[in-house]
Amino acid sequence: MTVLSTRHLTKTFGKFTALDEVNIEVNKGEVYGFIGPNGAGKSTTIRILLGVLKATAGEAKIFGMDAWKNAVEIHKRIAYVPGDVNLWPNLTGGEVIDLFVKLRGSHHKSRREELIEKFDFDPTKKCRTYSKGNRQKVALIAAFSSDADLYILDEPTSGLDPLMERVFQESVVDLKREGKSVLLSSHILSEVEKLCDRVGIIRQGQMIETGTLKELRHLTRTNLLVETKQPIVSLRDLNGVHDVKETEKQYSFQVDSEELDGVIKHISQYGIVKLESAPPALEDLFMRHYESGDGGAS
Amino acid sequence: MSNHLYNKTGILSRFLLRQDRIRIPVWLLSLFVFTFLIAESFTSLYPAEQDRQALAETMLNPAMTAMVGPGYGLENYTFGAMMAHQMLLFTAVTVGIMNILLLARHTRAAEEDGRIEMVRSLPVGRLSNLLAAIAVLFGTNVLLALGIGFGLYVLGIDSMSLNGSLLYGAALGAIGFFFTGVTALFAQLSESSRGAIGLSFTVLGVSYLIRAIGDVSNETLSWFSPLGWILGAEVYVNNYWQPVFITAAASIVLVAFALYLHSIRDTGLGFLPSKPGRTFASPFLQSPFGLAFRLLRTAIISWAVGMVLIGVSYGSVFGDLESFFNEIDVMEDLIGPVTGVSLTEQFAAKLMSVISMISTIPALMVILKLKSEEKKARTEHVLARAVSRTRLLASYLFIALFVGFVMISMAAGSLGLTAVTVMDDGLSFGTFYSAAIVYLPAIWVMTGIAVLLVGFAPNASGLTWLYLGYSFIVVYLGGLFQFKDWVGNLSPFAHIPQLPVEEMDLMKVSILTIITIVLLAAGFIGYNRRDIHG
Ligand SMILES: Nc1ncnc2c1ncn2[C@@H]1O[C@H](COP(=O)(O)OP(=O)(O)OP(=O)(O)O)[C@@H](O)[C@H]1O
Ligand SMILES: [Mg+2]
Repeated sequence: MTVLSTRHLTKTFGKFTALDEVNIEVNKGEVYGFIGPNGAGKSTTIRILLGVLKATAGEAKIFGMDAWKNAVEIHKRIAYVPGDVNLWPNLTGGEVIDLFVKLRGSHHKSRREELIEKFDFDPTKKCRTYSKGNRQKVALIAAFSSDADLYILDEPTSGLDPLMERVFQESVVDLKREGKSVLLSSHILSEVEKLCDRVGIIRQGQMIETGTLKELRHLTRTNLLVETKQPIVSLRDLNGVHDVKETEKQYSFQVDSEELDGVIKHISQYGIVKLESAPPALEDLFMRHYESGDGGAS
Repeated sequence: MSNHLYNKTGILSRFLLRQDRIRIPVWLLSLFVFTFLIAESFTSLYPAEQDRQALAETMLNPAMTAMVGPGYGLENYTFGAMMAHQMLLFTAVTVGIMNILLLARHTRAAEEDGRIEMVRSLPVGRLSNLLAAIAVLFGTNVLLALGIGFGLYVLGIDSMSLNGSLLYGAALGAIGFFFTGVTALFAQLSESSRGAIGLSFTVLGVSYLIRAIGDVSNETLSWFSPLGWILGAEVYVNNYWQPVFITAAASIVLVAFALYLHSIRDTGLGFLPSKPGRTFASPFLQSPFGLAFRLLRTAIISWAVGMVLIGVSYGSVFGDLESFFNEIDVMEDLIGPVTGVSLTEQFAAKLMSVISMISTIPALMVILKLKSEEKKARTEHVLARAVSRTRLLASYLFIALFVGFVMISMAAGSLGLTAVTVMDDGLSFGTFYSAAIVYLPAIWVMTGIAVLLVGFAPNASGLTWLYLGYSFIVVYLGGLFQFKDWVGNLSPFAHIPQLPVEEMDLMKVSILTIITIVLLAAGFIGYNRRDIHG
């Protein structure tokens, strides 16, 4: 069942096209990773989904309702964490958490206390004195202590320490176990790799790749380091071999995952002395996607 | 020397100037044009000596003294004397406002937004930013002083000597720099820019009121107000320079003290440490309305106190006014254009128009707060939850309407009570109160305009202030300059029946109310349609 979907979603700011026909689909019980370089349009997409910005064209739906027209209805069932958490300097963290939970509707006090403890957070301080990470905790605690169906998280962990990052990941795993859906925008690829079922990559306002992690891994390359008794002949001409670097008798290169079998068969003819392989890193795939094309967005 | 304190102040000053490359010229040009136009218009409005002398007669009463300051040289009311009497105080207050706003922007506001931290991470001195901001404003005030001084002289108006004109300019420059000092000081003491601006405005307001009471009843008291100092220069009459030097010296003391405090405090903090607060939100806070009210609470209370002060100050003038008019019965025939209406009543009516405009300020601040919340990306927190835009805007609108009503009631109520107490047999409390409360529809129209702009053009919402300033000038100075009717009629305040001088006019009041409803409806539609920017 689709919880969130955008179809041909387009947004322009004056002459600048921030989003160009973006299609996203998040299903129930799924954690969807939304990644892309700075200025790609992640936050813009999310703010349209929240009904804060109005789409120029295309549609954005959550729970089958229009994100702009039915914003209030939708917001009763979602929780949101922004990347830049600006809070009111003279309210305390505890007050802001209560306010946020109350503005949504339902409220679980027990959950709030438990989360405050887990995130090791002092709710009695004024917001102006909180560090960046602590401001983010305010938004995270408010979001996780609400009983929502969909969680929209826009770079929620950019200020958290590794310990808190783990608490965050546990909380998301809990949500997944409860069958909740999550839209997670993030620059921390290990986090995406660990948590997300499906990933969408956006660059310069266009979706350039979508799929499960498994599908994306297919697109990745394995790094090999080989030493052979005799020099390998025509290694460069083999299907699926990239970036060959030769040093004395050692070769280091990358192989497309689907061509691995043929390549190994070929090089084993030359008497393998040493073979090291590095697993296909999602990071490399992302890097390639981020870098390709004519430079980054503004 | 002291590289760690002053390094790169010059570069920072230029950087600040660049940020203000439109703001400062606009302020200066408006002040120049305004001053020169008014000086010119005096010569065409009151060409003959008898005209001027007749005007001087009408000025010779405690009510006018409280409003515009003591008149010097009334027995020989030259153009210069007129200018200094009618315009110097009013312009000085405007210059004070300019300095407060410009300085707070580059000090506490920049610090609050974290910009100062970026600057301080560079190889600049600890005092450099504050010093640069002060230097920029010092330059602005010098330019203002010279521009106005030579400008007035160049107009070549009879009785406006070079010495007097330069003194007129210098008085404005000095008072401007004084308020730069005041704001620099409060920027150290208060943790928020709103706090720094609010406290500085309080000093400005209290200076005005102390001078008003002092000028009417006790001249020594006026010397406790910086505005009293510069009026004491008796520009174009006796041309005393000492008061201007005193003002300048006091400003330097303030600036030095501010720099000292800045050098010993932590960036981002004030001098009052933050106390731990509540762990849980009170039930009241847990709604958009409660949040908005909480954010505005301090401002609302401060304004309410200020309105009571204004009311009591002006109310206390009525005693002097009554005895003054009783002494010279003839004057009533001389300048009482409306038969059957006492001068006291006329003054009350005039005063209420001014008080209603002052009461509009906090009401507008409430609506514009919604826009500044949006700019700081906090509106998003509220709208991302189950709160409709209509509900959010309505919360602020409700508070604005409430604030407008409370402020004018506070001022009129305290004025009425004080006036009734000090007068032997004068107007009733009800007369005072109704003369003020009848202005509510005008306040509503202004609020409606603010809502309209926040709904459609949030970046232009500052225009509301300009419109209020316009209203103030045409209503407050309209009589003096004999503007054409339509100039005044562009302001909602001009359409309010001036009780008790005029009859109640339900028609006009209803039309203003209907205009308000239209403005509000349009504003709500706009707010529901546009992007919320972070
Ligand atoms: N109000 C606006 N007016 C003009 N351009 C805007 C506006 N808001 C966003 N943009 C532009 O739209 C593009 C997308 O911005 P967005 O904030 O969505 O990026 P992002 O993917 O969230 O980046 P990051 O990873 O840095 O958070 C950027 O180029 C940005 O400059
Ligand atoms: Mg972003």
